[in-house]
Amino acid sequence: MSEPLSIDVRDVTVAYPNGNVALHDATFHLAAGTICALVGVNGSGKSTLFKAVMGFVKPVRGSVSLGGLSLREAQRRNLVAYVPQAEEVDWTFPVSVWDVVMMGRYGYMNFLRIPRAEDRRVAEESLARVGMIEFRDRQIGELSGGQKKRVFLARALAQRARVILLDEPFTGVDVKTEEAIVELLRELRSAGHLMLVSTHNLGSVPEFCDHVVLINRTVLAYGPTDEIFTEENLARTFGGVLRHFRFDESTIQKHDGRAVTVLTDDERPLVFGKGGHLEYSRRQEHEKVVEERAEEPDDK
Amino acid sequence: MIERLLEPFQFAFMVEAMAAGAFVATVCAVLSCYLVLKGWSLMGDAISHAVLPGIVIAYALGAPLALGAFSSGLLCAVATGYIKAHTRVKEDTVMGVVFTGLFAFGLVLFTRIKSDLHLDHILFGNILGIERGDLIEIFAVGGVTLAIVLALRRDLLLFCFDPGHARSIGLRTNLLYYLLLALLAATIVASLKAVGIILVIAMLVTPGCVGFLLADRFGTMLAISTGSAVFSALTGVYVSFFVNGSTAACIVLAQTLLFIAALLFAPKRGLLRSRRTDGQPTPVG
Ligand SMILES: Nc1ncnc2c1ncn2[C@@H]1O[C@H](COP(=O)(O)OP(=O)(O)OP(=O)(O)O)[C@@H](O)[C@H]1O
Ligand SMILES: [Mg+2]
Repeated sequence: MSEPLSIDVRDVTVAYPNGNVALHDATFHLAAGTICALVGVNGSGKSTLFKAVMGFVKPVRGSVSLGGLSLREAQRRNLVAYVPQAEEVDWTFPVSVWDVVMMGRYGYMNFLRIPRAEDRRVAEESLARVGMIEFRDRQIGELSGGQKKRVFLARALAQRARVILLDEPFTGVDVKTEEAIVELLRELRSAGHLMLVSTHNLGSVPEFCDHVVLINRTVLAYGPTDEIFTEENLARTFGGVLRHFRFDESTIQKHDGRAVTVLTDDERPLVFGKGGHLEYSRRQEHEKVVEERAEEPDDK
Repeated sequence: MIERLLEPFQFAFMVEAMAAGAFVATVCAVLSCYLVLKGWSLMGDAISHAVLPGIVIAYALGAPLALGAFSSGLLCAVATGYIKAHTRVKEDTVMGVVFTGLFAFGLVLFTRIKSDLHLDHILFGNILGIERGDLIEIFAVGGVTLAIVLALRRDLLLFCFDPGHARSIGLRTNLLYYLLLALLAATIVASLKAVGIILVIAMLVTPGCVGFLLADRFGTMLAISTGSAVFSALTGVYVSFFVNGSTAACIVLAQTLLFIAALLFAPKRGLLRSRRTDGQPTPVG
């Protein structure tokens, strides 16, 4: 874990063979030690952007580089891992949890891919880290949704990748597993990794993502969550798609006296407090603020 | 009675047929595991039909038939991939058009060019009439193919399972794609003399299916597929001696029976099994 890493996406335009331009002139930059959310409506090009960053599709224009290295070179050095969307995986495949995690080590093995003691040690450690060690001999189809996600996360860990792309890791995952994954991502961030996470779960974005990229066929805005995740930007990203509630009368108002705005694209709503700041559980001085407000006299 | 049962083994051509059959079955079975998992069953169908014009043209030019067969088979596969990538027509549709087209072209060429080739030998093989030279060719082409597949078995499996991850660790997935196609074409060429271009299609699908139904791990799947294919080849050749039937057809028939058995009785995926456990959750542990 030494040299600093970054993602540089410059003017990337991707067109599919049918002529559909899924993404145009996308530009953003992310540095190491970051968890970045990739947010946009269905069909906005999130998966396409991932594919471009992984080199699965070749941009017609623009470039992607990682820490100054070309994509190919970065991949050869095992710097990048991709945790696929659950729908992309054939779960009937005759491979075990252990086999999948071992695939993360292939880049370190000789061309016959015969694992050495070190490979086994890292694979075991990675499985243990996501709490899946007792499932190592299961066929991958015989797991729950959350367990499946963790297996592929373990593969990314085993790969010792510094940049990890996760396509919708929280769909079909219960709150406990989501928290476990988020905790793991936080640990990786402290270790200097860079993670790009696509999600529809707007409410959890401020909880663990320090950066955001907003996308709708191009990058609309990117930067620190506090600056970018504003009502205005989100309205621009989602148009009228979001379920948009404005509470003029709410329980919060009892001791707040001010309106909150709740934005939700999915099950977990995003809450804006007074003056448009973000409401989330881990906010610094959260307790203090609540206390202060409790002391304020009721406006009504 | 016993003498009668051992009679087939007294003929050199029978022993050679068994050796050739078992070997071809092994190569096909190993390939079939990848085809079944990749969803490429139709690709074997396409390539094998497409070798016909190559054989006829090679004959007319005086070139090795195997070379002609390999080239036109591969051409079909590559053309299919190209058309699929650059138009909106789906892959199976493209294959259907390309391989029947090439097959028809081969048939027309065959009737136009005077040759001592037997169409039914090309279509259904002639395993009992196999000559030394053919045998050497089978073992050479098949042996090289098998060696390459087994050496790269993990990379090829990863390519089938998760091409995205394969790319992300720096594997050249394009290369693997064409390699797998070339290996498939080579397998068909190796099987040509023994089972012909029609029946090889079954040999490239059925064993893999049997293995898939019975196994939870790729290694086991490979072993079961190969085992069932070799067993079918030996049984098929042996039985055909008594019934005077088409040998290749007997081999394929034996494979099909094994497939039906697996389909019905496979412990986890068999039809009968799943009916018995209907309504109650399968035990986990
Ligand atoms: N293989 C393809 N060929 C042609 N068009 C495609 C292809 N894949 C995606 N598209 C189109 O590109 C656009 C972006 O798709 P993409 O999958 O990147 O969206 P997304 O943001 O990941 O959506 P979701 O939230 O549903 O996952 C869509 O309009 C989609 O129809
Ligand atoms: Mg997507």
